[in-house]
Amino acid sequence: MKKRKKKISKNSLKKNMELLLLTLPAIIVYFIFSYIPMFGVIIAFKDYKAPKGILGSAWNGIENFKFFFTSQDAWRITRNTVGYALIFIAINLIAGVFVALLLYEVRSKKALKFYQTSMMLPRFLSWVIVGYITYTFLSPTMGIINQVIQFFGGQSIDWYSKVSAWPWILVITNTWKVIGLNCIMYYAALMGVDKAYFEAAQIDGANRLQQIIHISIPSIKPLMIVLTLLAFGNIFRGDFGLFYVIPRDVGVLYPATDIIDTYVYRGLRTGNLGTTAAVGLFQSLVGFVMIVTMNGIVRKVEPESSLF
Amino acid sequence: MSAMKKKKIITYKTWINLYFIIMSVTFILPFLLIVTASLTSEDVLVKEGFKIIPPFIDLTGYKFVFRNSSEIVRAYVVTTFQAFFGTFLSVLVMTLCAYPLSRKDFKFRKPISFFVFFTMLFNGGLIPTYLLNYKYLHLGNTIWIYILPTLCSAFYIIIFRTFFQGLPISLVESAKLDGASEIRIFFQIILPLSKPVLATVALLTLLTKWNDWYTSLIYITDSKLYTLQYLLKRILQEVEFLRLMANNTPAGIDINFVEDTPVETLKFAMCIIAAGPMLLVFPFFQKYFAKGLTVGSVKG
Repeated sequence: MKKRKKKISKNSLKKNMELLLLTLPAIIVYFIFSYIPMFGVIIAFKDYKAPKGILGSAWNGIENFKFFFTSQDAWRITRNTVGYALIFIAINLIAGVFVALLLYEVRSKKALKFYQTSMMLPRFLSWVIVGYITYTFLSPTMGIINQVIQFFGGQSIDWYSKVSAWPWILVITNTWKVIGLNCIMYYAALMGVDKAYFEAAQIDGANRLQQIIHISIPSIKPLMIVLTLLAFGNIFRGDFGLFYVIPRDVGVLYPATDIIDTYVYRGLRTGNLGTTAAVGLFQSLVGFVMIVTMNGIVRKVEPESSLF
Repeated sequence: MSAMKKKKIITYKTWINLYFIIMSVTFILPFLLIVTASLTSEDVLVKEGFKIIPPFIDLTGYKFVFRNSSEIVRAYVVTTFQAFFGTFLSVLVMTLCAYPLSRKDFKFRKPISFFVFFTMLFNGGLIPTYLLNYKYLHLGNTIWIYILPTLCSAFYIIIFRTFFQGLPISLVESAKLDGASEIRIFFQIILPLSKPVLATVALLTLLTKWNDWYTSLIYITDSKLYTLQYLLKRILQEVEFLRLMANNTPAGIDINFVEDTPVETLKFAMCIIAAGPMLLVFPFFQKYFAKGLTVGSVKG
């Protein structure tokens, strides 16, 4: 009896070892490429000198953080990063749900496929190609927008030096690129709703609008909450492609286009690694706190949808 | 009464369709603009600006791309290799990891899950990552920089795990009774049953890798290793770079030819050539997309 038990546990150990072996490549990859850089954040507390390396450079406490937070850049890039993130969250939620609800009303299969395909098109283009597309609109000499302005007798505008236009340009470009995926996720959720609810409501005399308010929206509410809160968790991370490629890294536009991610990249290029690492750590830490907080909220509101 | 009601329904459906047609135009038209630009002759483009319909079709831009193709062919090879081989390795490593995590009887399920998913919460940031990859691992200016650091995505591992959890465990158990090893079970039973989720994640990974320009921007200075998108990005900002490229043509070619480089048209022709392959797989994506998304993202 005892012998048999031992054999079983040996078997299960062997089986667990086999399974462990399967996870090993991923564990190694994560250890090297994710965990080692986590320890690298100590560079934020050092006066980094390239020849000395990370460990050899002298400690300088929170000097790097002080230097950053007392600079003018701190306020500008934090404001831009968070500001754009908030606008994108609102648009993704409102426009995404609105378009999904309308899409749900389309009954023709062919039309549906055409609309969905066209909305997803930008998702397949890289930011670089989207950059070319915005250029066809904004080019000072050849651009569509200036052609239209001139047609109506106005003065053409050099968009790549007009700071005040950029919040609009970035918001429109981003919406154009991401709305398709967002809308189709909500649409997929709507498709999962039992049709019987709508039929019952119809029998009770509810019109389309009432059905939307009382059936459609409540049924996609969990997804709305989860996607929105997850986006809040990433409020300190901007889409580097959008903010770097579309404005073409033009210095004049930084007041409207510079975010933490582009700032950190420039820090890397100019070799100012200590301060830049401090900014990166600030971003990661706030991001961490945001995600954990948001997950806590999700767990309270929608226990099923929490990440962990 | 009933006729009136019917009429009302028709008008509201019509409005919705009209709305979507306008919307579709706003999605397709901007893209068509670069197609048109690539087909317009250089002087018309410079003189009259971008147009939706070209006055006549001119293939000079494309001819130039193919005549001076060494840079582009190289970028194409780099992009294709890193995208396909990278996707293959990535999906292999992620599924290998996700399968044990989907098994309730796997002893180390909890600690390994935590180890994997914690990386979604916190990372070292660009600077430490850069120093590690470039200075210590010497991955800069090698093809491996495109493949190794991005091998695993915790988010896709979650998607795989969720899918594997939905497969009947009895399959695994009966195979085990027949004496199959875990590795064999995984490759011969689990993977063949997972085609929809494999296709979804593989296509998404392929898309991301094909469209990658960031890795070249950060880690590559050797122009032989540029990806297509990065080459495009440089060209968008630097007309000089383009002239240089034209100058690199082998000796014996007429020098006037450099002067005549249709810079603007050439840019857009390259753009179409770089976007092409992903637009070709577009219909396949569409087919799997809804399925894959409902598998992964909509838990409730």
